[in-house]
Amino acid sequence: MSDQDRDNPRRDFLRKSLTLIPVVTVASTGLGGSMLMATPAPAQASPAKAPASEKAYEPSYFTAEEWAFINAAVARLIPADAQGPGALEAGAPEYIDRQMNTPYASGALWFMQGPFNADAPPEMGWQSKLVPKEIYRLGIAATDSWSKAFNGKAFAGQDSATQDDLLRRLEAGGAESGEHFAAVPPKIFFNLLLQNTKEGFFCDPIHGGNKGMVGWTMIGFPGARADFMDWVERNEQYPFPAVSIRGERA
Amino acid sequence: MATIMKKVDAVIVGFGWTGAIMAKELTEAGLHVVALERGPMQDTYPDGNYPQVIDELTYSVRKKLFQDVSKETVTIRHSVNDIALPNRQLGAFLPGNGVGGAGLHWSGVHFRVDPIELRMRSHYEERYGKNFIPKDMTIQDFGVSYEELEPFFDYAEKVFGTSGQAWTVNGQRVGEGKGGNPYAPDRSSHFPLESQKNTYSAQLFQKAAADVGYKPYNLPSANTSGPYTNPYGAQMGPCNFCGFCSGYVCYMYSKASPNVNILPALRQVPNFELRPNSHVLKVNLDSTKRKATGVTYIDAQGREIEQPADLVILGAFQFHNVRLMLLSGIGKPYDPITGEGVVGKNFAYQNMATIKAYFDKDVHTNNFIGAGGNGVAVDDFNADNFDHGPHGFVGGSPMWVNQAGSRPIAGTSNPPGTPAWGSAWKRATADYYTHQVSMDAHGAHQSYRGNYLDLDPVYRDAYGLPLLRMTFDWQENDIKMNRFMVEKMGKIAEAMNPKAIAVLGKKVGEHFNTASYQTTHLNGGAIMGTDPKTSAVNRYLQCWDVHNVFVPGASAFPQGLGYNPTGLVAALTYWSARAIREQYLKNPGPLVQA
Ligand SMILES: Cc1cc2nc3c(=O)[nH]c(=O)nc-3n(C[C@H](O)[C@H](O)[C@H](O)COP(=O)(O)OP(=O)(O)OC[C@H]3O[C@@H](n4cnc5c(N)ncnc54)[C@H](O)[C@@H]3O)c2cc1C
Ligand code: SF4
Repeated sequence: MSDQDRDNPRRDFLRKSLTLIPVVTVASTGLGGSMLMATPAPAQASPAKAPASEKAYEPSYFTAEEWAFINAAVARLIPADAQGPGALEAGAPEYIDRQMNTPYASGALWFMQGPFNADAPPEMGWQSKLVPKEIYRLGIAATDSWSKAFNGKAFAGQDSATQDDLLRRLEAGGAESGEHFAAVPPKIFFNLLLQNTKEGFFCDPIHGGNKGMVGWTMIGFPGARADFMDWVERNEQYPFPAVSIRGERA
Repeated sequence: MATIMKKVDAVIVGFGWTGAIMAKELTEAGLHVVALERGPMQDTYPDGNYPQVIDELTYSVRKKLFQDVSKETVTIRHSVNDIALPNRQLGAFLPGNGVGGAGLHWSGVHFRVDPIELRMRSHYEERYGKNFIPKDMTIQDFGVSYEELEPFFDYAEKVFGTSGQAWTVNGQRVGEGKGGNPYAPDRSSHFPLESQKNTYSAQLFQKAAADVGYKPYNLPSANTSGPYTNPYGAQMGPCNFCGFCSGYVCYMYSKASPNVNILPALRQVPNFELRPNSHVLKVNLDSTKRKATGVTYIDAQGREIEQPADLVILGAFQFHNVRLMLLSGIGKPYDPITGEGVVGKNFAYQNMATIKAYFDKDVHTNNFIGAGGNGVAVDDFNADNFDHGPHGFVGGSPMWVNQAGSRPIAGTSNPPGTPAWGSAWKRATADYYTHQVSMDAHGAHQSYRGNYLDLDPVYRDAYGLPLLRMTFDWQENDIKMNRFMVEKMGKIAEAMNPKAIAVLGKKVGEHFNTASYQTTHLNGGAIMGTDPKTSAVNRYLQCWDVHNVFVPGASAFPQGLGYNPTGLVAALTYWSARAIREQYLKNPGPLVQA
């Protein structure tokens, strides 16, 4: 073994993480010493199933009404369909709720000294005083009150076609939603929701989303493998399934 | 009351590429050197530890390694008539923070410079006449030639362990048919390592570029193509194209960084001390204002500390160097109305255009594979490699496929017209994520009278000091060049015969967008030159006004390059260090008489 091998933290990881792989997987692939030797399996095979969660996640930031909204909205933004599981199955709601307890959600990663000029043109970047936690609180309340103005139902209670329509109007800036969105521009709310939903679909499962690595499996991203020396030059589909930071295998 | 430390020979502000190179050179000269770095200690372990580092959310999306803008940012406005607003979230550029600076998480495209770009004004005047250069364009010569810098480019490549293919070595042609660049200037030796492998996307670009008559070559990369030991004894292992490169610490010891390539050697010497979590507020001057006495900084506990020194090096990155000079009263601030003054003058950037080509499922570009410095490029439209006469703009652009690894949250892209969500988005993302080629025109950017840096009158940093203000917008010359490059690169894209193409170029009247990433290649503001009336530092990067302050970094570039800046930044730093070692230390004083 060369020095390179001995010092290579990745090899070390692969060796250790092997113990985390369910025995059945090891047996079925006839794995010897390394996951790198795993039998090639098409990464984009039939839609992967998200593992049934043992216990429903309890939100720590969102209220019951907000939680219903988040669950309903992410299921429309990235729906479960013929392509495979969607953001709901991937655990995006749990991911977003967990993010609410990070410095990001309280704006602590941003320069937040006034004066603010919230009406600056978009090419001036983020100029709002609002932070993600507030945007969710205000944006969900606004969307629900807007939704109720149509037929008395909150967003989560609407059928999926109506939900899609409301989301599309928020995305476009929803001028007609005016009175409900006095506190938060619909576009800011929508963009944040969509960004965080995609994060929850595609992040490493260590952050609470992308359960079962369903997002990665859908597009053929191999996750934490991060070693492609033998694949650089090839015009071939990469055959190995994704692995996560914790050593789970898709 | 500030605590006063024991005096040292030299204090270095910032420990990125320039700070580390200076620290190595000055300790070799026997000086007692202290480096003050505002951010934390960082290194391959633990910051690049596998598998924790393979985390897109933490690094690319939440931007863990970059400057902490909650403490300090810049303000930006498009013209003197606008009110500048703070860059509240990092966007267009991603400055580094902590030991290694941006050098710890850069990509590693490691170029020299096209020689004409060192004498930009002279060259254009000679070839096209004085009137060809727009009136408000303030491009200048660097005041140093490629021939003078060649040994320093050569040494920097050996320190970085750069992979690449020479075209000529000492006038002998060696690179034909092997990926050498026929437009590259002559070299005194080969690259320390051969070129990296080419991704499939780069191979497609290579073929298409050759098909349309351009001359493709392999990008020089400070990602290793094999094992390497540098002149300082630092060891590197071969890059495995992990795809978590730009914005990440390399877990493989394969990407050149101050931490991997220089710090291990500095750790061995007793006359060097690195103090992380030390945020420098200003350079202190004596009563004559012609000599620095040291610097004042805030330590990790918030205490104000004064570090006296005979020599002060500003290695804090381009715009921090300029801000520190303005905060300290070094050099005359630039005034865009009169055109007088020098500090803040000639702030320039990079003029980018991107084309994305989307393919069917039989073209496997596997975009998660990648390394920050690798790729295939053409220089047919870079520098002055083509006749600018009929086109009426100044500047050139290399074009390339540089597949650095794109990841799912921030790195997916779909053909124009694809919805941003829902089933259609899902299907397109699944269809195209591993079947697309992204190519860039990495255009040079010129300097103009109205693009400059000064101190903001309103916003302040966490220490109560004024933020730096950028007054910056795209000019007519920039848009013209950008459109020309899009057309030329479009030919390559079309020759690849893709299913769909997306063009991201500049439109007439378009303003600088502070929110979308372009590059962290910011230039100027403390430019080098031969005349103290038009430059802030002399050709050795020594302040004209305060002779014991040297300012290495892209702050010294009078305008932006077509190539990425760090190769020239490093060579100029070694060049400046040589002048300090061989001339200044023997006889401290101005190295060039004004
Ligand atoms: C994502 C990314 C990719 C890049 N890719 C490439 C590439 O492929 N090719 C290329 O040529 N260039 C690239 N660059 C640019 C390259 O990183 C810089 O040119 C290079 O690091 C500049 O070196 P420097 O020493 O001037 O600044 P840095 O390396 O940034 O170091 C400056 C240091 O000074 C510290 N500092 C700042 N202010 C203070 C203060 N007041 N007190 C104390 N310390 C302070 C900072 O924290 C920082 O650590 C890239 C940059 C980024 C961000
Ligand atoms: S791509 Fe190569 S150089 Fe870049 S981080 Fe990965 S192993 Fe290191």
